[in-house]
Amino acid sequence: MFAKSRIAAIIAASLFSLAAQATDITGAGSSFVYPVLSKWSATYAEKTGNKLNYQSVGSGAGIAQIKEGTIDFGASDAPLKAEDLAQFGLGQFPVVVGGIVPVVNITGLTPGQLKLDGPTLAAIFMGKIVRWEDPAIAALNPGLKIPSGKITVVHRSDGSGTSFNFTNYLSKVSPEWAAQVKFGTAVDWPTGVGGKGNEGVSQYVRQIPGSIGYVEYAYAIKNKITWTQLKNAAGNFLQPDAKGFAAAAATADWKSSKDFNLIMTNAPGADAWPITATTWVIMYKKPKNAEHTKVAFDFFKWSLEQGQAQAASLDYVALPAPLVQQIEAYWASDFATK
Amino acid sequence: MSSPSMVNAPTLTADMAARNRRDARNDRLFAWLLAACGMIVLVTLVGAAGSTLWGGREAFAKFGWHFLVSTEWDPGTDTYGALVPIFGTVVTALIALVIAVPVSFGISLFLTEVAPNWLRSPVGSAIELLAGIPSIIYGMWGLFIFSPFMSAHVKPWLVNYMSTQPDDGKVAWIPAHVPFIGKVFTSQYPFGGGVLTAGIVLAIMVIPFISSVMREVFQTVPTRLKESAYALGSSTWEVVWDIVLPYTRSAVIGGVFLGLGRALGETMAVAFVLGNAFQLSASLLEPGSSIASAIANQFSEAVGLQKSALMALAFLLFVVTFIVLLIARLMLRRLASKEGR
Repeated sequence: MFAKSRIAAIIAASLFSLAAQATDITGAGSSFVYPVLSKWSATYAEKTGNKLNYQSVGSGAGIAQIKEGTIDFGASDAPLKAEDLAQFGLGQFPVVVGGIVPVVNITGLTPGQLKLDGPTLAAIFMGKIVRWEDPAIAALNPGLKIPSGKITVVHRSDGSGTSFNFTNYLSKVSPEWAAQVKFGTAVDWPTGVGGKGNEGVSQYVRQIPGSIGYVEYAYAIKNKITWTQLKNAAGNFLQPDAKGFAAAAATADWKSSKDFNLIMTNAPGADAWPITATTWVIMYKKPKNAEHTKVAFDFFKWSLEQGQAQAASLDYVALPAPLVQQIEAYWASDFATK
Repeated sequence: MSSPSMVNAPTLTADMAARNRRDARNDRLFAWLLAACGMIVLVTLVGAAGSTLWGGREAFAKFGWHFLVSTEWDPGTDTYGALVPIFGTVVTALIALVIAVPVSFGISLFLTEVAPNWLRSPVGSAIELLAGIPSIIYGMWGLFIFSPFMSAHVKPWLVNYMSTQPDDGKVAWIPAHVPFIGKVFTSQYPFGGGVLTAGIVLAIMVIPFISSVMREVFQTVPTRLKESAYALGSSTWEVVWDIVLPYTRSAVIGGVFLGLGRALGETMAVAFVLGNAFQLSASLLEPGSSIASAIANQFSEAVGLQKSALMALAFLLFVVTFIVLLIARLMLRRLASKEGR
């Protein structure tokens, strides 16, 4: 009886969706993921007719809206805690990976020449290392002539996922940072000036001689800002690139993290770029609107499995295949729609 | 087809009475309508102030009056204080007024007293066009063009001649002899933005507002008063200072407050050039923070107590604006009471 009516309902639903042609799903949250989501959704709409309406209002607002149930999915640069997920009946999974790179303005240096490691970076951003001729920096760069001068720290003034991941990395590599500044979308910066958005930070870095800041990788590449090498957890100096971000996503310990609640900065892999970030999509485990949720899952399945090239064209990195499999298993086990 | 002569007297009075009643009713309706329009302003103001106060209740309850005097703004430990943004808001607005008021005065005097007739209306329209430029444009200009200019040309000069810690270590005469001024012009960052830059950008933004009001009211001064003064042998400056300005004083001050209100609440332009650091500093060359820019920067990602603290900041902006206007009213009253001596 029930099975029959269910099948009938599914047939009716699929007929209906064919007849109605398009279902518009809505999401809101992180601005980090906005460019790739809009590119994916444009192609997806061409293929299926289903449109995605995404508002890049910031992770905090996205989380608030999904908790109120006014949207089909939220997107956040920081994972929700297990209690929060359980309380609201929500689940989350990563969708795409990107890198964050330190950028500097030092006369005579070209992109990728300067080498830094985590503790030195933390000391610079804490205001403990204040000049470029500091022995700690010289020790990391044997043979490189670094002009002496005062260091000016440039950080984000607005709350952002970029700051969240950057400060999270500094907390992991510097106990002092973890104790005094902590990490978050906005923190009490011990020193420096704040620029609004990636464009604000990169503009300040360009204007201030001897400055150091951090921006999304795509932004540094497009605007040809002098990025630095970083020493990762395995002890290797790396140039930031897609390979390093993918290695971080592949070697981060997703298997033992429930609900993908893992921030993958300082990932252990030999080639893993240390400040790699992702954005989590947050959805209800029991859908409020079954038809919309079905389309949303279909969209993310298509994006994760076939959206790699488009992500790469925007300097994002698609999730590695084992992680995608883990996400699809999570959908099957934890969500009511599959 | 009836002519007035055919209407007899009793009907006329009845008609008039009916018409009077109708007029009285319409007048009442019109008065209510106007009162409703007036009430919208009050309701909006009370609603906005009330909802920000309600939104900020957690922050006010947690920090009490410490919220007003603490310079800390630390989302990591959830400790918030409003002193740095309040200070930045007031100082940038004051710098803006110090620059904008004399310049606007000059512009409007030029346009009403000095400029040839053919020049008046194009320049007047240009000012109104300037008033319509969105603030983000000023912010972009401030960030991409004006900040680099400040750091390349203006700031080195100021640091050299006004600071007690110039780059070459030789303290100039002024900072060595005038107390406090050295502190106002020290700088630890080679950075073009900061409190002074934000104040100057704000000044450019409010000049059109103040000067268009001034121009309008200067035009209302009766020609006969001015010509009498000229006939008595006054110079243009004497006419302006002794006739035009006293005649229009309260309207001019109204225009100044329109500009001040905009300077206090300006968000995007300030967020771009102020440097957004939560550090209290006496120096005008250091980065600072303002209430509106702090809210714009942090609100979208804020949760819990941080959101509440930002709402509390918004409420404090009402309070700051109210206090500034109150002081202005008191000053105006004192001026008025001195009149005629």
